[in-house]
Amino acid sequence: MRAQFVMSEIGVGLRRNLTMTFAVIISVALSLALFGGSLLMSEQVGKMKGFWYDKANVTLYLCNKQDAQEAGDAAAKNGTPGVATCAKGAVTEDQKKQIEAELKQMSLVKSVAYESADEAYKHYQERFGNTALASSITPDQMQESFRVKLKDPEKYKVVTSAFAGRDGIHTVDDQRQAIDDLFKILNYLNMAAIGIMLIMLVVALLLIVNTVRVSAFSRRRETGIMRLVGASSFYIQVPFIMEAAVAGLIGALFACAMLVSGQYFVIDHGVGLREKIQLIDFMGWGSVLAKLPYVLFIGLLMPSMAAFIALRKYLKV
Amino acid sequence: MIRFDSVSKSYPKQSRPALREVSLDIAKGEFVFLVGSSGSGKSTFLRLILREERASHGQVHVLGKDLAKLSNWKVPQMRRQLGTVFQDFRLLPNKTVAENVAFAQEVIGKPRGEIRKAVPQVLELVGLGGKEDRMPGELSGGEQQRVAIARAFVNRPALLIADEPTGNLDPQTSVGIMKLLDRINRTGTTVIMATHDQQIVDQMRKRVIELEQGRLVRDQSRGVYGYQH
Repeated sequence: MRAQFVMSEIGVGLRRNLTMTFAVIISVALSLALFGGSLLMSEQVGKMKGFWYDKANVTLYLCNKQDAQEAGDAAAKNGTPGVATCAKGAVTEDQKKQIEAELKQMSLVKSVAYESADEAYKHYQERFGNTALASSITPDQMQESFRVKLKDPEKYKVVTSAFAGRDGIHTVDDQRQAIDDLFKILNYLNMAAIGIMLIMLVVALLLIVNTVRVSAFSRRRETGIMRLVGASSFYIQVPFIMEAAVAGLIGALFACAMLVSGQYFVIDHGVGLREKIQLIDFMGWGSVLAKLPYVLFIGLLMPSMAAFIALRKYLKV
Repeated sequence: MIRFDSVSKSYPKQSRPALREVSLDIAKGEFVFLVGSSGSGKSTFLRLILREERASHGQVHVLGKDLAKLSNWKVPQMRRQLGTVFQDFRLLPNKTVAENVAFAQEVIGKPRGEIRKAVPQVLELVGLGGKEDRMPGELSGGEQQRVAIARAFVNRPALLIADEPTGNLDPQTSVGIMKLLDRINRTGTTVIMATHDQQIVDQMRKRVIELEQGRLVRDQSRGVYGYQH
């Protein structure tokens, strides 16, 4: 088989169906960009999960006098004492020691840090400075707390269930809960991207099937003659498959360009998310470049398969 | 070369079979006319030889091979030993005369050197020397048919199948084409030609096979187009 002859046939075929070829290239490019994007997104989410989970604590807030006062007031109003937290008064030194000892005993716990009300007040002032809100707060209103780091951040619920509702404990606040909600949203977004990608991919494949049908029809004279003089079916089919593969590859290259420029213009420069949102550890070029071979491979393989299947139907060999 | 062994062919959705119990032999080097009115089964007969269709019953042997036992992927190899010519020429309008002929060799992977040698040779043989670079649209019908014959013959097939090759040509041009086919036949190539052209058949005095409603009704060496009633 002569490469030059085959190549010129492919060029003729692609030019003949120029509009259809464009449609194929665009839909392949969009679907593969979404594919690469969702791969990157799930990697980013995984990375963020590790990063945030590592930083997140379980915090046990302890009852102060004010909490006890409020609980007492509420109980008096409802006539049911002892239901609300802190109903038994502010936390005592014994309770504190007991809680700390129990925390340290748990195999799950990596470290326990105590924060006094004064320290909490100081941190509060640092964060909110001289706003009206900050100046209205007194150290009395701040709660003492235990900050607990876990060995396995996924298991925060064990701590929550062990200490929530105990005497002297106001609330058990696990920051992971909030993070989980965020990840849930990111996860939904990712699933939506994958859904759109699948639809686009189906559109791309249907377009390819149609393109092959049209080009098989417009070349039925050539293929008929090829058949009569004894060209192998492989030889007759190759130009059609190559056409789809070339269009798919061009689409995949566009998709790669979109991913690379997304990293460049949105994260690194331009919009500059890496600069602006320093809380998020964005992935680097290595992750982006590692996805490109997959994008190219699928861009080459899927259209070729679609063309091959379409040929079974529309090209008699 | 070709043997039909009580071959029948029916198409789906058609109650009447296209061929019924046809048996015949065609030897190497023969020149055979296939005659019969439209719908008599001539085209089906040729399509069976080309293995574009398979027989419903009976056996078709071409070039010593039982076509029923020939697997699909071997069909192209078999077709390389057959040349075909049609009433409508079937040339590629966007390729020159030489490219049209070369196409038949390119698609079966002949080396370029061989093609460059064979194409002018066969064009000379069919009487189109010097017209290599013309486009098919610039040629007369007879010349276009010569290009088609050159393309069918360039791979030196053992068997040439012609389906009404003179159907679109005036009588004088037809005579030229027949002379060319006769010359090809003399090189040892078996020729089977389906035709409606009474004059040609009567003049050539070759073997005549007549089909009528799918049946073989006449097989006559040195025959004429039809019985004069």
